[in-house]
Amino acid sequence: MNDKPERLIDKKGLRLDGRKPDELRPVKLQVGVISNADGSAYIEHGKNKILAGVYGPREVHPKHLALPDRTVLKCRYHMAPFSVQERKSPAPSRREIELSKVIRESLEPAIFMEYYPRTMIDVFVEVLQADGGTRCASITAAALALADSGIPMRDLVVACAAGKLDDTIVLDLMDTEDKVGSADVPVALMPNLNAVTLLQMDGTLSTDEFESAVNLALEGCRQIYALQKEALRTKYVNLKEENKEEAEE
Amino acid sequence: MAAVITRVKKKQIEQLIAKGKRLDGRGLTDYREIKIEQGIIERAEGSAKVLLGRTEVVVGTKIEMGEPFPDTPNEGVLTVNVELVPLASPRFEPGPPDENSIELARVVDRGIRESKAIDLEKLCIAPGKKVFVVFVDVYVLNHDGNLIDASALAAMAALLNTKMAKYEVEDGEVKIKLGYEPLPIKKRPITVTCAKIGDKLVVDPWLEEEQVMDARISMAFDDDGNICAIQKGGSGYFEPKQVFEAARIAKEKVEEMRKQLNW
Repeated sequence: MNDKPERLIDKKGLRLDGRKPDELRPVKLQVGVISNADGSAYIEHGKNKILAGVYGPREVHPKHLALPDRTVLKCRYHMAPFSVQERKSPAPSRREIELSKVIRESLEPAIFMEYYPRTMIDVFVEVLQADGGTRCASITAAALALADSGIPMRDLVVACAAGKLDDTIVLDLMDTEDKVGSADVPVALMPNLNAVTLLQMDGTLSTDEFESAVNLALEGCRQIYALQKEALRTKYVNLKEENKEEAEE
Repeated sequence: MAAVITRVKKKQIEQLIAKGKRLDGRGLTDYREIKIEQGIIERAEGSAKVLLGRTEVVVGTKIEMGEPFPDTPNEGVLTVNVELVPLASPRFEPGPPDENSIELARVVDRGIRESKAIDLEKLCIAPGKKVFVVFVDVYVLNHDGNLIDASALAAMAALLNTKMAKYEVEDGEVKIKLGYEPLPIKKRPITVTCAKIGDKLVVDPWLEEEQVMDARISMAFDDDGNICAIQKGGSGYFEPKQVFEAARIAKEKVEEMRKQLNW
């Protein structure tokens, strides 16, 4: 039961999965993966596999929630029962309700909410497999799905966590590190506006360690941001090529 | 929670804060008056009432026997619940806990849990089988802003006031003995919330400030001045340097409060 590894960082300074302290797990992003949705994205971040879909702007339901001067953003973060070791009940847990709220609040600043009064935008996030840092991967995917849906945005939102293992500040905790490490600091960033839209922490850090953790997480965000842009571009390059082939036929 | 506040008032609050002043006369980093009363509910194992200006929160603790979590067989269980009772605000409605009360409960929980405030290992009766479960129930009685700091303070004050019956284990059976002892407390975390209004940070936002703020950030500090929990809330953002400034302000306020409360 208690298979807690003795050291989380070995003598060579490498982590359990062989990464350096400031190294991200491999990230794969894909845009436009659900044909029914107005926008969608898929992320593989380490062993995390997460789908995000956007519907809207559409009619508000229930109607009394409609706002006269802006749209209503709704967000549902949900984990599949098979996404974790022990089956998770599909009913929303208190954790999922809190994460839905913080994910929504991390995306809201990026959207021009005032462009679509009396409407609602739904963001659905489904975690198919969890491997630590699902909230961050969810935000990265959800922001891409929003961009894919064509909703005007001030910036993309990208998220990454930093934490502390033994006495080292490290980037992007995976499942085991998250559980036995001494701190976890998820951060979401709008890279062009240099704006932090999600910040949480649990564990114990001095204020100096906290500053280096946030700075490291922001660095990770910027690296994933490049992949995010690339994923969006790839979708349109592929579309262009498909159109070209059709025209040639 | 839709903000019901006139545009005139919003502008007034923002302009004042830009000049370093606040509508209720406080400086930007001043708390409202804090009053703590402990032991107000005799039926509860521990209790406390906190008044933060006009915000009023009562916390009662209960201790029962239960099963430990499978991943922590040697530790007692901490459960935090928040009730935003409808008498406390025109915007609270009866019914199952909404996202606001769940977030509040989880932020209070994180401060206590991550600082290791309670010595949970001392609450273990039989490893993997029987432990004490500490229920912390937060009751908000009047909402005038900054429920996070008021609730965290009240929860900690109630835990410090909590007594548990003495017991002994005989043939695997728990026997309650005469007398009480205090709940084993190791740390006394304090949480400080800063709201961002315009490009200024204000400490302890009251209701109207919460309605106009862009975002808030709450930080819990343990006795050694380390950060043990953080939660950003609200639909705005912080620049990284504002996050670090908030940490600096919060640390200072926590030290001040520790002296004031003798914690």
